[in-house]
Amino acid sequence: MTEHPDRTEQTERAERAERVRVTSPRTGRSRQRPRPTPASEMEAQSELGEIYLRTLLRAQLRLGLGVLLALGLTVGALPLLFVLVPWLTRAQLLGMPVSWGLLAFGCYPVLVLLAWRYVRLAERNERAFARVVERS
Amino acid sequence: MLDDTGTVLGLLSVLLVSVATLAIGSWGLRLSRTTSDFFVASRSVRPRLNGFAISGEYLSGASFLGIAGLVLSNGAEMLWYPVGWTAGYLVLLCLVAAPLRRSGAYTLPDFAEARLHSRGVRRASALLVVVIGFLYLMPQFQGAGVALETTTGLPPWAGGLAVAVVVLLNVLAGGMRSVTFVQAFQYWLKLTALLLPLVFLVLVWLGDGGRSPADPGLVSAGVDGLAWADPIDFAGDHPLYSTYSLMVATFLGVMGLPHVVVRYYTNPDGRAARQTTLAVLALLGAFYVLPPVYGALGRLYAPGLAASGSDSVVLALPGVMVGGLGGDLLTALLTAGAFAAFLATSSGLTVAVAGVLTQDVTSRRLEGVTGFRVSAVVAVVVPYLLSLVTREVGVATVVGLAFAMAAATFCPLLLLGIWWRGLTARGAVAGLVAGGLLTGAAVVDNLVVDRTGGWIASLVGQPAAWAVPLAFLTMVVVSRLTRSQVPAHTSRFLVRLHTPETVRVDQG
Repeated sequence: MTEHPDRTEQTERAERAERVRVTSPRTGRSRQRPRPTPASEMEAQSELGEIYLRTLLRAQLRLGLGVLLALGLTVGALPLLFVLVPWLTRAQLLGMPVSWGLLAFGCYPVLVLLAWRYVRLAERNERAFARVVERS
Repeated sequence: MLDDTGTVLGLLSVLLVSVATLAIGSWGLRLSRTTSDFFVASRSVRPRLNGFAISGEYLSGASFLGIAGLVLSNGAEMLWYPVGWTAGYLVLLCLVAAPLRRSGAYTLPDFAEARLHSRGVRRASALLVVVIGFLYLMPQFQGAGVALETTTGLPPWAGGLAVAVVVLLNVLAGGMRSVTFVQAFQYWLKLTALLLPLVFLVLVWLGDGGRSPADPGLVSAGVDGLAWADPIDFAGDHPLYSTYSLMVATFLGVMGLPHVVVRYYTNPDGRAARQTTLAVLALLGAFYVLPPVYGALGRLYAPGLAASGSDSVVLALPGVMVGGLGGDLLTALLTAGAFAAFLATSSGLTVAVAGVLTQDVTSRRLEGVTGFRVSAVVAVVVPYLLSLVTREVGVATVVGLAFAMAAATFCPLLLLGIWWRGLTARGAVAGLVAGGLLTGAAVVDNLVVDRTGGWIASLVGQPAAWAVPLAFLTMVVVSRLTRSQVPAHTSRFLVRLHTPETVRVDQG
């Protein structure tokens, strides 16, 4: 908690009276008492709350579907690829067909990589959402 | 191969795993006191431990023995099973993991009821959990019978019985908390048990000149090396359909498996649920590269098993390739791993099924923990008896059907419940019934009739590709028709599912 040098005594007193917890730096605006927080608005299903939620929901859904699209274009495309490119099954690597190696060993690193990327981006979405909600 | 030393060592390893499981279980018992502990470890399991536990629970006999056997007898197209079983966790991660945890429900029926405020949806979900659980438990008992028969020569029913008894003792003693520790231990046991013998086997193979199992000149059971190593060559007439249908079943089925879902409630929050899933993906990937190698080596050293009892190839290889005391010791280690696999998955399923039975059937007559114990007995005994009377179709095939059923029922319920405001209770019930009946009919057909060739065989053998879209469609259409009945609290519930815990909405 940082003290603002320009804060008047009056706002400081008012703040002390209503203070419950501090989650972000104060902006300089005056704060009036019966002001609904975004969290309580979402709970009350107000229009603004709807918009907050809709934004997060859409961002998370887009992210999830995007990663799954990547899954479909990599691992999911393999059967089609094997049918369309028979060379992959004819060509050998260490005595086994390339397609065999791709399937038995190659898929797992791709899956872990996609998952890792998803977790990072999903947490970033949530942090951005938390910032918006608590600032407004 | 079945000499006396081998039999003694095999029995000893089974005994050791059972004792270790029960010992760690009773250590957990001292920590578990309340009904909540029994079900979901009071939600205090850290992501990494939970990741070990989920992986340990998930890697069943189908993974430990079944994949290698399928690869040996059917060839490379069976490699889609482990890939799908892992990729399912990515789908779960992207669309379900965090919201499911935030829903705050214990089981799938809990989620259904909380989301739709309907006893009907709850009952339909509870019934499906029990059916899928039984379907998944059955092959575990059958597989345990095969494993014990191979290494010790005991009759097939004995292995299943041994698993049933140990699981029951363990679950009755400690419930979920002890199961968490047990399963984390069993992940490492399974990985070691598969990895260590493989090092010796590969050395022997290299010493023998390292012949490729895909050698075109290598013909066994009428299949030459090239056909065997072709990843698009399902036994049926429509390989591309079968492959993609299997993908649909496994990718979408994981999220609907009762024993997987119940573990998500043990995460402290939604973020931890994601971290846990990431850990699970890495752990499963590390494990699943091993069984195909056993299958490939089996083609060179134990081709006879391809026709008769390929599920035992993993256990048979050390005896054939190494032999002597060394071979017996490695076989004993593999037996321990296989037994751990049957125990872990069966324990998890038993807890999940018993949890649902307790809440929905016995809770009215028996108080908390007693009701759970009675349910656990039912959850073990019924599938064990079923495993004795159904025809043996192979561990991985039956497990595959359980996935198809989960994908056609709980997957639409979860996805639409989490992401779509328009879902109604009637829509959900209609979808669950449609998906359950369609895949259920396919399951019965597979277990009873032996079909070969043609579209019917392909469609029934891999029902997910048509059953899952139909279930989704039913759920959406009926929900639209009953749109006036969208539950009033829908928005509020979705806020709870998607709001990160750092933002303190009153979570009710």
